[in-house]
Amino acid sequence: MSQHYPALLVIVPLLSALLISIVGWLNKRLCFPIAVVALSVSTYSSVGLLLRVLDEKVIHYHLGGWAPPWGIAYRVDHLSALVLVVVSVVALLNLIATQKSVEQGFSEKIGAFYTLYVLFITGLLGIVVTGDAFNLYVLLEITSLTGYGLIAMGEDRAPLASLNYVYMGTIGACFYLLGIGYLYISTGSLNMADISSILPGLYDSNVVLAAFIICMVGVCLKMAFFPLHGWLPNAYTYAPSAVSSLVAPLMTKVMIYVMIRLMLTVFTPGFIFSKLALSNSVVWLAVIAISMGAVLALGARNMKKMLSYVIVAEVGYMVGGAWLGNRAGMTGAVLHIANDALMTLCVFLAVGNIVYKAKGYAFEDLKGLFRKMPYTMTGLVAGALSIIGVPPTCGFFSKWYLISGGIQAGQYAFVAVLIFSSLINAVLFFRIIEIGYYEPFGADHGHGSSPIRMAEAPLTMVVPLLIVAGGLVVMGVYTGDIVTNIIAPIIPMGLGN
Amino acid sequence: MSDLIPFIVDNYNYWIYITLLMIGLYAMIAKKNLVKKVVGMNIFQTAIILFYVSIGAKKGATIPIIQHGHGEGAHEITASVIEAAEYINPLPHVLMLTAIVVSVATLGVALALAIRIYNRYETLEEDEILAQIREK
Amino acid sequence: MKILGIIVVILTGALLIYAMGDFPSWADPVSPAHNHVSPRYIEKSMAETSVPNIVTAVLADYRGYDTMFETTVIFGAGVVCFFLLRIPRKDEPTVRRYRHMLTGMTIRVKETRKIPPVLEEFERIDTLWAPHDLIIKTSCRILVPFLQLFGLYVIAHGHHSPGGGFQGGVILGASMILLAISHDLRTAIDRMSERVHAILCPVGVLIYAGTGALCLVLGHNFLDYGALAGILHVDPVAARSYGILIVEIGVGLAVMATMIWIYNNISSKGNYDEGL
Repeated sequence: MSQHYPALLVIVPLLSALLISIVGWLNKRLCFPIAVVALSVSTYSSVGLLLRVLDEKVIHYHLGGWAPPWGIAYRVDHLSALVLVVVSVVALLNLIATQKSVEQGFSEKIGAFYTLYVLFITGLLGIVVTGDAFNLYVLLEITSLTGYGLIAMGEDRAPLASLNYVYMGTIGACFYLLGIGYLYISTGSLNMADISSILPGLYDSNVVLAAFIICMVGVCLKMAFFPLHGWLPNAYTYAPSAVSSLVAPLMTKVMIYVMIRLMLTVFTPGFIFSKLALSNSVVWLAVIAISMGAVLALGARNMKKMLSYVIVAEVGYMVGGAWLGNRAGMTGAVLHIANDALMTLCVFLAVGNIVYKAKGYAFEDLKGLFRKMPYTMTGLVAGALSIIGVPPTCGFFSKWYLISGGIQAGQYAFVAVLIFSSLINAVLFFRIIEIGYYEPFGADHGHGSSPIRMAEAPLTMVVPLLIVAGGLVVMGVYTGDIVTNIIAPIIPMGLGN
Repeated sequence: MSDLIPFIVDNYNYWIYITLLMIGLYAMIAKKNLVKKVVGMNIFQTAIILFYVSIGAKKGATIPIIQHGHGEGAHEITASVIEAAEYINPLPHVLMLTAIVVSVATLGVALALAIRIYNRYETLEEDEILAQIREK
Repeated sequence: MKILGIIVVILTGALLIYAMGDFPSWADPVSPAHNHVSPRYIEKSMAETSVPNIVTAVLADYRGYDTMFETTVIFGAGVVCFFLLRIPRKDEPTVRRYRHMLTGMTIRVKETRKIPPVLEEFERIDTLWAPHDLIIKTSCRILVPFLQLFGLYVIAHGHHSPGGGFQGGVILGASMILLAISHDLRTAIDRMSERVHAILCPVGVLIYAGTGALCLVLGHNFLDYGALAGILHVDPVAARSYGILIVEIGVGLAVMATMIWIYNNISSKGNYDEGL
């Protein structure tokens, strides 16, 4: 069975999403266990794939028995395996942690909710594992459509925020499709490895240049790279808390994976860095993105909006790191994909717990919570330290690689803005921690008129949060092993120095 | 200048697709009514479908269904040689079946969202909705 | 906003026109798109899958994995429309309008729980009501079975003529939607209740994914229809043809159910009571 891991990874969640949809009409209480079983099988397969990839370097799987480029093929290498493990672990932990709030919010349509949840994860896992460019578009659309539906069920402005996300997300996905069409018209193939073997003869063609730019613009729209980030703050703020902690850690990071995959595998680094010489401009765009994200976060008036702008800044880190053009920068970007997913999950889960108990996410709802909800606030502090970049949490190590890559490449503006953004993050999070620790828990707490007896969130919500917080420290301590064994083989030898 | 005319006339399919793409993109960005934006989205996606399908054309070729493929002549066909130049490229058509289904699905989701917005705000004009939100 | 739109359009248009210079000329038989992957599809599909319609063979066999996810996309859209719009039964509105057929008077009734669904002298009308036309009702009612027969023909003949699962499924869905438009939504829902089409939709996709999983269990790769040769007792080439037929049936079921589901949810705004 182990040779079928790449297929099982995507098929088991798909089949169980269909089962959940049917079972939801018959017996509502079976939906959650089926979802847990499906995501556990995916996590098991992704860990198994990572162990196999450490031995075999690249795993191929031919769907339908047809060899590429006539059939669709999966191609799993170190980068895919790392992102697969991250996605499936984040999804499983989030599923368990948000069970109570989902039951409270969606009690009649719980079958439909879990169907959309598991389909979202299926799409993400498929995007990471596929080796065919058009297959990526179809899976991207599954992810997007289920994401739009999940986000729209929030409170007051959620349908409008989701509709804006529909418009911008559809433009992004269609630009990606158009770029693939340009590649097809010039190479005749849709398989990523096949395209990259035909492209070197065509580097002078205008069509290939246009294909690259259009694909990149499409991917940047979906990953919320400033100034195309307009959909993200509203969509993540007004979504239900169970959905924000699912979509926020995963969607943008998988899109950054797609960008790195396009850069490394389809359009080889030789084309991008030597021929195009765009890396300076893109790094400057990333500098602007990071600074705008930090400044807008300072102006945010509630927790979730502030965290959404922090995500916009983090996307800037990763794009800048990938386009620096040297080993350290690319290592930092890939490491930051894994780290940022965990950090974002940690803080959004903590905010989810606060919303479940305090019924609000404004800054005033945090008053005195350190005494009432100690474990949740511990998780929030751990996530905050990692976002600021304090050792030994993992955030420090990925920033270290990004900074040293910036110094090596001579992009001192990038280094400066990284440090500036860490300082701003420190200001943001210390402001929250101060409200939570020093302000007394009063009778006029947040929105309630009656003094609610505030207690800690239930155990199923706290334990996953603490696991993730612990995972941040563990990832930080084992960074060296991760970099040498998993990330270093991804980066081709010829990538700058 | 003299090869501008052949440039326009020979590639007229590409000119049509670029025009449609720009119309759809402009409608999505500049129009204020939510349903007009949805229509623009549909035009945008249709332009991309047109582009792909026009890639598949071949001069003098017929549709990609093997002639005399069923009936009494079927056995001889599997034995004889089928020329690739006689049939147009089937791959863009396959890809665009997928793209059409995706565009219908996106249209359904966008309309459901528009209905929910209308239930809440009683209007579908973006500036009126933003004014209502600011008043709160 | 209009200025931003014009700037974006001009920049994108300029990029696309710049790239157009290097395109192969239209319908040129020796362009790379025609000579790399496609010749094998055209030349070998009859021998490898015994399906004359090359588009169906590529769609359901060579690139069958994409088609499975495409069916999942349309299923996902149906679930999203249901999730967003459907009002739970206990929250359904209780105001109804009735029209006295003899005098033409309209009455509006609240608290309709005690009224039996079918009344002798009153007909139930919708909020946006048009007089029901006998010609339209009768001709559509006669037309619907022929539409469904044609839809089944298109699905089954996808191997030999243009058609297949998606096209046939949409025609089947359109037949039920025609019933809903020409009569009213309640008639169509009586014919095919909510539970039936909401369960048929994932069942259709399950047929597709289940066939693939069956091939996996039998030892081949996922969606490799050659594995079905053992079960169906035919040679592998004919097994591919049968495999394509089975998945096309699954796709047709899923698309039909989803079209009806999306139409019901959107036209009734979630209450399944008063439609277009």
